[in-house]
Amino acid sequence: MLDIAFSALGQVLSGGHLAFLALGVLVGLVVGILPGLGGIAGMSILLPFLYGMEPGAALGMLIGMVAVIPTGDTFTSVMMGIPGSSASQATVLDGFPMAKRGEAARALSASFFSSLLGGLIGAAVLSVAIVMARPLVLSFSSAELFMLTLFGLSMVAVLSGRSLVKGVAAAGLGLVIGVIGTAPATGEPRMTFGIDYLYDGVPLVVVAMGLFAIPEIVDLLKRGTAISDRTPLGGGWARGVRDVLSHPWLVARCATLGCVIGALPGLGGAVVDWIAYSHVVQTSRDRTNFGKGDVRGVIAPESANNACQGGALIPTLLFGVPGSGSMAVFLGGMVLLGIQPGVTMVETRLDLTYTIIWSLALANVLGAGLCVLAARQVARLTQVPFVILAPFMVMIAMFAAFQASRSMADLVALIVMGGLGIYLRRFGWPRPALLIGFVLAPGAEAYLYQAVQFYGAEWMLRPGVVIIALITVVSVFLGLRFGSGISSEGDSDTADQQTRGRQIAMAAILIAAGGYCLFEASRLSFLGMVFPLVIGAVTLIGGLAVALRIRGGRLSEIHDDDATAAQAGRWSGREGYLAVFAAVVALIWVIGFLPAMAVFFPAFLIVAGGVRWTSAAAMTVGAVGFIATITWAMTLRLPEGLIAPMLF
Amino acid sequence: MKGFTKTLRGILAVAALTTALPQIVAAQDFKGETVEWTVPFGVGGGTDVWARFFAPLLSQNLPGQPNVVVLNVPGGGSITGANQFAQRASDDGLSILGTSASTQYPAILGDPRVRYDYAEWKAVLASPTGGVVYVDPRYGVSGPADLDSLRAEEIRFASQGATALEMPVLLALKMLELNIRPVFGMESRGAGRLAFERGEAGIDFQTSSAYLGSVVPLVDAGKAMPLFSMGIVDAEGNVSRDPSYPDMPTFVEFFTEATGAAPEGEAFEAWKALMIAGYSLQKMVVLPRDVPAEVHDAYVAAAEAIVAAPDFRERAGEELGVYDQLVGDEADAALQEALTVDPEIRAFLTEWLSQDYGVRF
Repeated sequence: MLDIAFSALGQVLSGGHLAFLALGVLVGLVVGILPGLGGIAGMSILLPFLYGMEPGAALGMLIGMVAVIPTGDTFTSVMMGIPGSSASQATVLDGFPMAKRGEAARALSASFFSSLLGGLIGAAVLSVAIVMARPLVLSFSSAELFMLTLFGLSMVAVLSGRSLVKGVAAAGLGLVIGVIGTAPATGEPRMTFGIDYLYDGVPLVVVAMGLFAIPEIVDLLKRGTAISDRTPLGGGWARGVRDVLSHPWLVARCATLGCVIGALPGLGGAVVDWIAYSHVVQTSRDRTNFGKGDVRGVIAPESANNACQGGALIPTLLFGVPGSGSMAVFLGGMVLLGIQPGVTMVETRLDLTYTIIWSLALANVLGAGLCVLAARQVARLTQVPFVILAPFMVMIAMFAAFQASRSMADLVALIVMGGLGIYLRRFGWPRPALLIGFVLAPGAEAYLYQAVQFYGAEWMLRPGVVIIALITVVSVFLGLRFGSGISSEGDSDTADQQTRGRQIAMAAILIAAGGYCLFEASRLSFLGMVFPLVIGAVTLIGGLAVALRIRGGRLSEIHDDDATAAQAGRWSGREGYLAVFAAVVALIWVIGFLPAMAVFFPAFLIVAGGVRWTSAAAMTVGAVGFIATITWAMTLRLPEGLIAPMLF
Repeated sequence: MKGFTKTLRGILAVAALTTALPQIVAAQDFKGETVEWTVPFGVGGGTDVWARFFAPLLSQNLPGQPNVVVLNVPGGGSITGANQFAQRASDDGLSILGTSASTQYPAILGDPRVRYDYAEWKAVLASPTGGVVYVDPRYGVSGPADLDSLRAEEIRFASQGATALEMPVLLALKMLELNIRPVFGMESRGAGRLAFERGEAGIDFQTSSAYLGSVVPLVDAGKAMPLFSMGIVDAEGNVSRDPSYPDMPTFVEFFTEATGAAPEGEAFEAWKALMIAGYSLQKMVVLPRDVPAEVHDAYVAAAEAIVAAPDFRERAGEELGVYDQLVGDEADAALQEALTVDPEIRAFLTEWLSQDYGVRF
């Protein structure tokens, strides 16, 4: 085994292999930085190179691309508060506040350095584990996987901030949004309102963009400053590296965690960052700064999400069952190269397996290194007046949302989710809890259903299930005890007692959603009904509890960051910005994406930003050209609009 | 022998093509154009990999060597992408669609979401596949003679869904009167195989490439016992042995030996219809029917040239298997035949699916 490993290393370090690996890394960084794009877009760039390539070098290129996506996506998470991909959602919680504090460079270099170490640890674990991981993967049945989704949901306890009921209700709403679509057990459509688009559910990108990007853009526009509220920028990149070095055990623990979770097919990258984040909250002594810009809140998820890719390779290589979305893409590439995954990967083709593992390690070093070099320059963007960055971010958010299913409905859903996100933020409902519910809904339902079908009621007695249940209980307990200081929704306003009516109205939306879910469930067959029934009830009861507590004047539930202005009858302008974004979507629908941007950019820059028309024109050309180039290079699509097809 | 005549025909076609080439180039030239190949599935899935295997070959063999790009439009188990193609495809040969069994089945069953019609499409290439049903050795079953002991067990089968690729498998198991309890909602056939390997499912099914790659090692290790292959069903409904497993009985042979009589009746007719539409023509390249004749001919010629290339088998490897690819009129005739399902058979299928699995139509 050892000699094979070393001969594979020799091969990886040869010139040709390195060049292709570097190409893969560069592509991976680009698609990682652009939110909403992932391995799929990267694959379509690399594919034309694949034909006729030597399999080892080709795999190195693909793994190089896949490995650094969770490295590159950190840029948007930290700089803009937009989860770059599902693997960097938790990074937003502390990374973005650090950027606002002027510590973007520190946050970025800390996360890149943790990504680097996490990725290396992941590769190291993988190189030993791959030969004996088969039993581990097989020992996790649907029952254990269901328990893991429950464990993931228990993170809500940590992320709820001051009010657990609000967190539970928000997670419930996330679950309700997550069950939109066809039921896994019976294929029945649920809560689709007869709209074809909703048959596949709302795409994750749309939900994440709507909940996080739109409210942050609106909030920053409202404040009218740059992202960073102070100049000059403090905390350079060397400080970030030192931060990581002073927490070696945290990195090791989170990386191991990430590797193990990545190895379980079906759960994958979507929760690993949250689990790592709540792990660091639960095990730290001083928790006062989490959610406000604690560097440990960046280190934990970032060291876990890169290690996760190493873990995810295990089921991909051994069973041909991809452990994550980007691994599905990697698997496709393998098959295209004529390599069938399976036991043979550790028996007769161990050399190829080690080539993959070494490439993974090398790609992590290369990717993180490039990002650290770029971090300083990119961090300066946080000093630019936000009103100039805003149209660019709106464009990126819409571009990303549209790539989810290439339907105009994606953009409509983005605006709807954005509206929801704006009010969730204003009234202090923890959006991360909602996102966790949404991400875990399909897995939770499918695995519960499978577990019951395979094992009957006995699934609860399986040793793995009992162990995970105990861990979950401990985690909830610790989360409740220590998580109360974390707020993802900013601070409330002093006059918040006065706007309780509006806050109750917000709770009423959740109550209505829960109620509607119950109503829909009642029309389904038994197997399609059970899960929506439970989560509908959770949302309904949670919403009611929040409404009652707000009415009763409980401090922990009352939150309105706009209360004073609302009392004084001053309009915050949130709805105005949302209406502008909706108008942009309407414009895209009529005249197409690029023309709409060519109108929106200068109009916004000149009217809202007070930019001179010459610079506005230059920025418009740059932005539209950038999107057009990316679209062309990645063979993506943009909305054509109604008019263009009629003309040609 | 059949394979040989087909190869011969392919060679002749290429020869004919080479002499006729100048005219075709004059008639249809895709030089500098981009062909958009809609694949109604996500990147990395079976149909995507299949399309990406053929895409560069198609590019090389079409006159003028156009750029062929794959456009993935996943959703609705391929209905979304196929609907979109039906609505938007241009009829100049620059839009093609790759379909799979899960595109064909909803059309046969009359799914209300289906807004495409195979009668408006022309197939230029079709790739067949086969598959094998295997059981857990714990049942002590080694062949058709042990059917009774298998019938005595309640056996779980991890499936993607009642109307998915496994539909004819479920029907075959029902015809054998086995007590199968399907567990639906698997993300892929691979996830179903994992459930089998964990011992959760007692019976499983894989299409040929996955069977050869992932199940044969299990069989060799004594962890899986193959029962029968689905066989190859031709357009007339004749069932023959799968060339990938010449020594394995087909479902029909297995049934006949186990029950003492050949399968017949509505269920068997329905099974054959499903096999033709989903396996004999599992994946297809289709063009809109109203493309100009020369465009169609250019595609057929390209498909013939691809399949006839001496290194085609080697390049296709396990993914396409040893099956004969259907090309041109042969593929299209088979397609139109397959999608014209007797209303009685459709009624049988919808009733069976709603009765046994609660599928609503």
